[in-house]
Amino acid sequence: MPRKDLLDIASLDREEIEVLLDQAVPFKELFTRSVKKVPALKGKSVLMLFYEPSTRTHSSFEVAAKRLSADVTNFDVAQSSITKGESVRETVETLQSMRTDYIIVRHKSSGLPGTIARLTKASVVNAGDGAHAHPTQALLDAFTIKEKFPDPTGKKVLIVGDILHSRVARSTSTILKKLGLQVSYLGPGSLVPRLGPENIQRFTNYEEAMKWQPDVVYLLRVQMERQDVQFFPSIREYHKLYGVTDARLEEIRQRGLYIMHPGPVNRGVELCDAVLDYERSLINDQVENGIAVRMSVLYHLRPNA
Amino acid sequence: MESILNADEIADGIKALADSIRSKTTGQEIALVGIRSRGDEVAERILTLLAEDDDRDLAFGVLDISLYRDDFEHLHENPKLQESDIPFPVEGAHIILVDDVLFTGRTIRAALDSLSDYGRPGKVELAVLIDRGHREMPIQPDYVGITLDTDRLDHVLVSLEGADGKDEVRIVKKENS
Repeated sequence: MPRKDLLDIASLDREEIEVLLDQAVPFKELFTRSVKKVPALKGKSVLMLFYEPSTRTHSSFEVAAKRLSADVTNFDVAQSSITKGESVRETVETLQSMRTDYIIVRHKSSGLPGTIARLTKASVVNAGDGAHAHPTQALLDAFTIKEKFPDPTGKKVLIVGDILHSRVARSTSTILKKLGLQVSYLGPGSLVPRLGPENIQRFTNYEEAMKWQPDVVYLLRVQMERQDVQFFPSIREYHKLYGVTDARLEEIRQRGLYIMHPGPVNRGVELCDAVLDYERSLINDQVENGIAVRMSVLYHLRPNA
Repeated sequence: MESILNADEIADGIKALADSIRSKTTGQEIALVGIRSRGDEVAERILTLLAEDDDRDLAFGVLDISLYRDDFEHLHENPKLQESDIPFPVEGAHIILVDDVLFTGRTIRAALDSLSDYGRPGKVELAVLIDRGHREMPIQPDYVGITLDTDRLDHVLVSLEGADGKDEVRIVKKENS
């Protein structure tokens, strides 16, 4: 029975995850053709409902939907009646009347995409809700790691930064665990939950974390616009303690570790400029894979008739 | 369920395809493109036969047409995707599409759409191991291995060595209700 919505990683079993990832491969293959588009979702409508600003995730979903030949409509929240006090329920009823087939939602409140999913026949994809989940980011991260490690069982991924407020950390560590990888966290004590899911090991010291011998260093974005800033003394201090500095990049290079980051990068904060030219930086792969994975997700979900 | 073609008959069918392709395209550059799944295996076997006494370079590719199907709405679940692999330039190429069974013609319609997204072929021909009739589209094969007389509702099940472990064609008769 096909799934209607994709709200989080926790509710997917390993087999479903493997299907979504494996089936993203043929979509990625399309990107090398002169025509990158296929007619699979011709005549279907995809509505982008972004209550929070996002350039990358938004355009990635938009490109994915268009490459499947769906029609994409942006429900421009800033200019919509939502600012005039329309409730989410009213918005969803409006979308229902428009006979939308897929709704891509981002919202600052955890759980809102789930609420919308229950109110509509359309398939709902969570594009990030509060500190809860960002399932397509997790899928693209897992896909990117699997490209480098076709059998990733036992591989080690160190996630660095503000774990506490990060939906990326939550979803990505959940998917990696489900696929049999090892995950640990590194960050300021104030930003790393004492007991994460499944007792994930936590480090507060970079050198200690390196002794754990990770295969991938996954840097989270410091959310300058959000609460992060108050959790550590200064940006310079953060870079010195947890960022990939020039000296650390040299060590990472010698060990042959991969570097990942969900973007957009704060240069000089999570990582130094030289990382952008590092041959084992997977940051651009993540962007490209994001489109393929989101095509796979849209292709597999089935709206209710 | 009756087995109506055995391994020898299937081998003869594939040989007949290879022979007619060879005699009609002598000296020309051609590319065989098999349609997943089983069309690719038929294409590979034709390629092997052609290569036996032919020193021209024969290009080979595989097409998965799932994303081009016209019946998504009617399927319970979306078809499992596999990779397409067209490693040669399609632009201007003389392509022979290969499939195991030609029935309604809808798969071939989808394959032609898919192919045109790789480029503009110079010429496209169609080779099928079995033509079972009942077309719903104006599509006819250029090369046929075996012609079978079937009922519209019959299921023609093709098993091939590579995919299924043995060569066999069976027909499941649909009970008229």
